[in-house]
Amino acid sequence: MTTPAPVYLDNNATTRCDPQVVAAMLPFFTEQFGNASSMHAFGAEVGGAINKARKSLQALLGAEFDHEIVYTGGGTEADSTAILSALETQTGRDEIITSAVEHPAILTLVAHLEKTGRAKVHIIPVDAKGRLDMEAYRKALSDKTAIVSIMWANNETGTIFPVEQLAVMAHAVGALFHTDAVQAVGKIPMDLKATEIDMLSLSGHKLHGPKGIGALYVRKGVRLRPLIRGGHQERGRRAGTENAPAIIGLGKAAELAAAHMADENTRVAALRDRLESALLQRIGASFVTGDPEHRLPNTANIAFEYIEGEAILLLMNREGIAASSGSACTSGSLEPSHVLRAMNVPYTAAHGAIRFSFSRENDDTDVDRVIEAMPGIIAKLREMSPFWRERDVHTAAFNPSYA
Amino acid sequence: MWEYSEKVKDYFFNPKNSGILEDADGVGDVGAISCGDALRLMIKVDEATQTITDAKFQTFGCGSAIASSSALTELIIGKTIEEAMALTNQDIADFLGGLPPEKMHCSVMGQEALHAAIANYRGEVWTDDHEEGALICKCFGIDEAMIERTVRTNGLTSIEEITNYTKAGGGCSTCAEGIEGVLERVNAEMVEAGELVAEKAFRAGVAPLPVKEKKVVAIAPGKPLTNLQKIRLIEETLESIRPSLQRDGGDCELIDVEGNRVMVKLTGACVGCHLSGATIEGVQAKLVEALGMPLLVIPVTAYH
Repeated sequence: MTTPAPVYLDNNATTRCDPQVVAAMLPFFTEQFGNASSMHAFGAEVGGAINKARKSLQALLGAEFDHEIVYTGGGTEADSTAILSALETQTGRDEIITSAVEHPAILTLVAHLEKTGRAKVHIIPVDAKGRLDMEAYRKALSDKTAIVSIMWANNETGTIFPVEQLAVMAHAVGALFHTDAVQAVGKIPMDLKATEIDMLSLSGHKLHGPKGIGALYVRKGVRLRPLIRGGHQERGRRAGTENAPAIIGLGKAAELAAAHMADENTRVAALRDRLESALLQRIGASFVTGDPEHRLPNTANIAFEYIEGEAILLLMNREGIAASSGSACTSGSLEPSHVLRAMNVPYTAAHGAIRFSFSRENDDTDVDRVIEAMPGIIAKLREMSPFWRERDVHTAAFNPSYA
Repeated sequence: MWEYSEKVKDYFFNPKNSGILEDADGVGDVGAISCGDALRLMIKVDEATQTITDAKFQTFGCGSAIASSSALTELIIGKTIEEAMALTNQDIADFLGGLPPEKMHCSVMGQEALHAAIANYRGEVWTDDHEEGALICKCFGIDEAMIERTVRTNGLTSIEEITNYTKAGGGCSTCAEGIEGVLERVNAEMVEAGELVAEKAFRAGVAPLPVKEKKVVAIAPGKPLTNLQKIRLIEETLESIRPSLQRDGGDCELIDVEGNRVMVKLTGACVGCHLSGATIEGVQAKLVEALGMPLLVIPVTAYH
């Protein structure tokens, strides 16, 4: 028996670098290796290619000017740059507003700023579907707010936030608005010039580009204090020799993402929907987390009750299926996903939540394979779980000695 | 992805003794769904011989929790109650060919379930002294609760002391920020409770970062040591170090001394340990201190 090709449904973690992206990058390692800042021909050619790449990314974002893009070492660096810059430029304001379901790139940073006394942080809660508590947001905004940072789309559930409206509200009190759009860029259309968004973070490897490259969009007129100082690269806003191959790869990835945008939002979304409804139909005591009405086209997060995520993933992996879980055990901490906990998903389900994230490279065979494999995996683990058999009476029967 | 041993994978994919044991003589329930793992152990005991004749488990948890539960049943079947009580969580981990440090709590859960089941069989009430916190030091598997307990009991106020008492931070030392956080919080609570004077309490940013200083060797006054004296001193010093190595399952043996070069052989758990370099440095520092002269400790693999 030949092993069937693996099924990769973990594209929110990272994507396969598109072979066309790799092909676009390769000449810039060995043939056109010049430093873009150099005067000679070696440098000039690279500079030209970087300009072209910047324009491709500009087009994908719908930015008004190409110089609104500052290349960084990834999404995390872009996030840190945005927040730390705002604290410096927004004189007299030292408060940050963010959401309870942000990526650690934001949450860990703001927690550190609060702990070291450099900022006061407002964490806005979400409801059971992961939607932002707009009333709490309105109340937190004040003339002390330096910056608001709310993600465009959540990495675990795919829930999309109304960032355009949130940006308008932030501007009403004179605060800057930043969005971590690492999961959204390349998956849903955007037209930044028509919004009031001041800064936006993105990451190359989430849209079939290379790892180690990201960008911060900074709307023209927004003051920026660089995180990394040194040379004059990126107009003095991010020092360090340009990562030319990666920038050019990201340009190609942006071009491809724009070309596949319609496919992503129709065919890929349909694959996701078919998987989701088939699993919910075949497997009892399971439900979708997040807001299915406002969601990335590629993401489904399904909670399977009474079992634990890492065990599910290990059995899926044996069947050649890759996905991810918000379970505590996959991260090494004892708490399950902060996103699912913020949504008040009960512990019995949060530990068994599995995220399936598609890309344009998936097809119907992948969906069939997962639909085929999952019921057996879930049944096997539930058979072993002390909570499953006693799920109706488990308050009385299975009462472990410590809570 | 965790690095699970082949045996862990085998016991997870093909768990032995999973299921329900009808008319069990003892049942132990530990864990909680909020923690992400819970285990029910059921045992059958032969009254006359006090031998565990059968055991089954049901587990909610990750791969290593299920493997640890299954390993536990394999370990206890055929043992007397007394023998089973002597089992430790380390025995479960060893049986499985080791567990990642973040997953050691799975083996602890197994041991607790066993104690709970035996207490249940004996008609006693099992109380657990379980505590668990975030894992701080991954090199040695030291968690927050352990550090906090040690800081409180011994009135510790510096990172170096914590490393000396618990080993936490003694490996790659990337967890220094985590240790600082715990130390600062616990010290502040101790000051609050009047157990520590405020000036002594650790405050991050105030205490200098631990810098590894090269020891300045004061050359001992008087005559230089004779070769015989030198070797005796080296032997005595090594003898004093060996117990602490043996505690970790390792050992160290003196092979030869040539001038200022001391050849030693690390054995047991030290072999292949990623911290053996640090061990050699430690041995060297101790010897330099004892002899009062610069020395170079060289690890050798075999006598030649």
